[in-house]
Amino acid sequence: MREIAFRQALNEAMSEEMRTDKNIYLMGEEVAEYNGAYKVSKGMLDEFGPERVIDSPISELGFAGIAVGASMNGLRPIVEFMTWNFAILAADQIINHAAKMLQMSGGQFNCPIVFRGGNGTAGQLAATHSQSFEQMYSHIPGLKVITPSNPYDAKGLLKSAIRDNDPVLFMESEKMYGDKGEVPEEEYLIPIGKANIVKEGTDCTIVTFGKILKVAQAAAEEMEKEGHSIEVIDLRTIRPMDVESIVNSVKKTNRLVVVEESFPFGSISTEITYNVQKHAFDYLDAPVRRVTQSDTPFPFSPTLLEEAAPNVKNVIRAIKEVMYL
Amino acid sequence: MAEIIRMPKLSDTMTEGVVSEWHKNVGDSVKTGDLLAEIETDKANMEFESPEEGVLLYVGLEAGAAAPVNSVLAILGKKGEDVEAILAAEGNGGGSSEAAPAPEEKKEEAPAAAPVATSAPVASDGSVKASPLAKKMAAEKGIDLSAVQGTGPEGRVVKKDIESFKGSAGGARTVVQGNRQDESVPHSMMRKTIARRLSESKFTAPHFYLTMDIDMDNAIRDRKALNAALEEDGRKVSFNDLVMKACALALVKHPKVNSQWTDTHIVYKGDINVGMAVAVQDGLVVPVINHADILSISDMSAESKQLAGKAKEGKLQPAEMDGNTFTVSNLGMAGIESFTSIINSPSSCIMAVGAIRNEPVVKNGEIVVGNKMKVTLSCDHRAVDGAVGSDFLGTFKKIMENPLVYFATIN
Repeated sequence: MREIAFRQALNEAMSEEMRTDKNIYLMGEEVAEYNGAYKVSKGMLDEFGPERVIDSPISELGFAGIAVGASMNGLRPIVEFMTWNFAILAADQIINHAAKMLQMSGGQFNCPIVFRGGNGTAGQLAATHSQSFEQMYSHIPGLKVITPSNPYDAKGLLKSAIRDNDPVLFMESEKMYGDKGEVPEEEYLIPIGKANIVKEGTDCTIVTFGKILKVAQAAAEEMEKEGHSIEVIDLRTIRPMDVESIVNSVKKTNRLVVVEESFPFGSISTEITYNVQKHAFDYLDAPVRRVTQSDTPFPFSPTLLEEAAPNVKNVIRAIKEVMYL
Repeated sequence: MAEIIRMPKLSDTMTEGVVSEWHKNVGDSVKTGDLLAEIETDKANMEFESPEEGVLLYVGLEAGAAAPVNSVLAILGKKGEDVEAILAAEGNGGGSSEAAPAPEEKKEEAPAAAPVATSAPVASDGSVKASPLAKKMAAEKGIDLSAVQGTGPEGRVVKKDIESFKGSAGGARTVVQGNRQDESVPHSMMRKTIARRLSESKFTAPHFYLTMDIDMDNAIRDRKALNAALEEDGRKVSFNDLVMKACALALVKHPKVNSQWTDTHIVYKGDINVGMAVAVQDGLVVPVINHADILSISDMSAESKQLAGKAKEGKLQPAEMDGNTFTVSNLGMAGIESFTSIINSPSSCIMAVGAIRNEPVVKNGEIVVGNKMKVTLSCDHRAVDGAVGSDFLGTFKKIMENPLVYFATIN
């Protein structure tokens, strides 16, 4: 099968959908003339023209608001944020308008918008550019949150997100845009709300999502070398969360480690742990452990940075703890 | 509007009932008169028919669980009707503390929700630290957690400790180790009733005991004659029947023995209803033969046979165990020479009947082989004094030592 880059998979997802539905348009900083800050929208201005691929001013709140209004009037905007760290400025439009419009209008207006962009750490970008926002937005009723981990998932999930009639927040990573992976030529969709069991195992479950999946997989491989069978689950969609897949896995392995890139307090691992203790209490042989970003603003120093983000060593330590090794 | 079906009071003494079986599941439609559940009371297993019709929306307790009389047994209504409000209005009061099997997952907990009564499972493990999984596995395998060496942090017992524990217990250890585990059997309704009623009787009624030896030669002779006469009907009278009949006739002469103590009065009962203790699986019951003084010996015998049969099958109805004014307990067939019984309240006396035994006796100046039977009367001294009990036993002896003559003449 052909291999394409993550950014190309996203480009294909948007372009294919825009070809079939003229109500879809792309808007964001540098998406048109510059072909995207990370070249995700390369060639799209040429194909769809300036009415459907629109460079916005550096004003996240403003163009997120335009998207909300446009979606209420029948369009289906895709909004690219250069990173979700900048989208904090647009949070009022996302949280107070896009998320709530359907309920506040008594069902009259829905907001079929995809807000997408890079998320999480990406090297030495320091404290204000290294944060993950899944936990913040998945807290809000009315929003769907997706974090793909590879090109195949990215394309299938983004197409589902564009077709969805609710606001969907699509969280990518600057570090992943160049990742290559197998993506078929023919069209496919990946459903929102279903986790992917990346690797089956019997001794311990790791639940994770997004680019940190690679760290979890590397840790699982190390454990396999020592003769332990680790199950790895990629959530794919953060909200709605596929609790059933997690619970079924924990019932089988009796142990759970959650690996995620956000800060620990009130994070996705917190929500997962709540659900596991509720639905699989009698199946737990050890307290649930998690590996997260350190509970500090992210450092600039490469030495500190290495320690602050989840790494293979920390994940292995957590697995060994829940396995009493 | 949904209707609440409450735990019915199926006998005078019933305070709680056990649903031994549900005949309908949540979601089933139920017609009035449909068999809804089987309810085990302190006395019997009763079939409970639905007094209402509708869809079974909720059951208040699982099969095997107990709940007090008048607690929510079930809710019938229209399909999809919300029972939460009804249950909230009930305030969970009177409901069983066993977790009700909710048909669907409950809403996420809200802080304002009424506290749900939860009966903590009896922790056989005391303060032993163990993972939830290890606890569950230990419970399933009947392993006492305190006997397991935990290898987790702070000695926590974990999955592998339970797995290896099983291995070592069955392994090649030379140390002699008892491997029979204690077994805890939850009280059945019958066991609870026996415990409650007999304690009540023994601790409140001051018992005294009178023993008398009965010459059974004539009784043996008369029974033989009676059975010869009844043979063509395929009927047979037992010694116990003779004893019961003799008691009933002696009670006619001694109404003070046929009595009940209450807080303000002694009630001398008009009818003579003789109960007989019958051993059944894991307990005993006391079916009652009403008007035992009036029934002929053969009719009484037929009735006692029928009641004993129903008792063994657990099919006795509460009415068949109510209203005894006197009780007979017979362990003669087990070879017991004599014993004392605890009075079966509310009646005042119970007779404990021993085995018929061969004994040398002097008759007409010669030593011959005689047949003797000891009976012991337990009396509630509040209602029956020693002299009254003795006179009754005297009459009983006279009748038993010449039964056919008296059966034919007293009424």
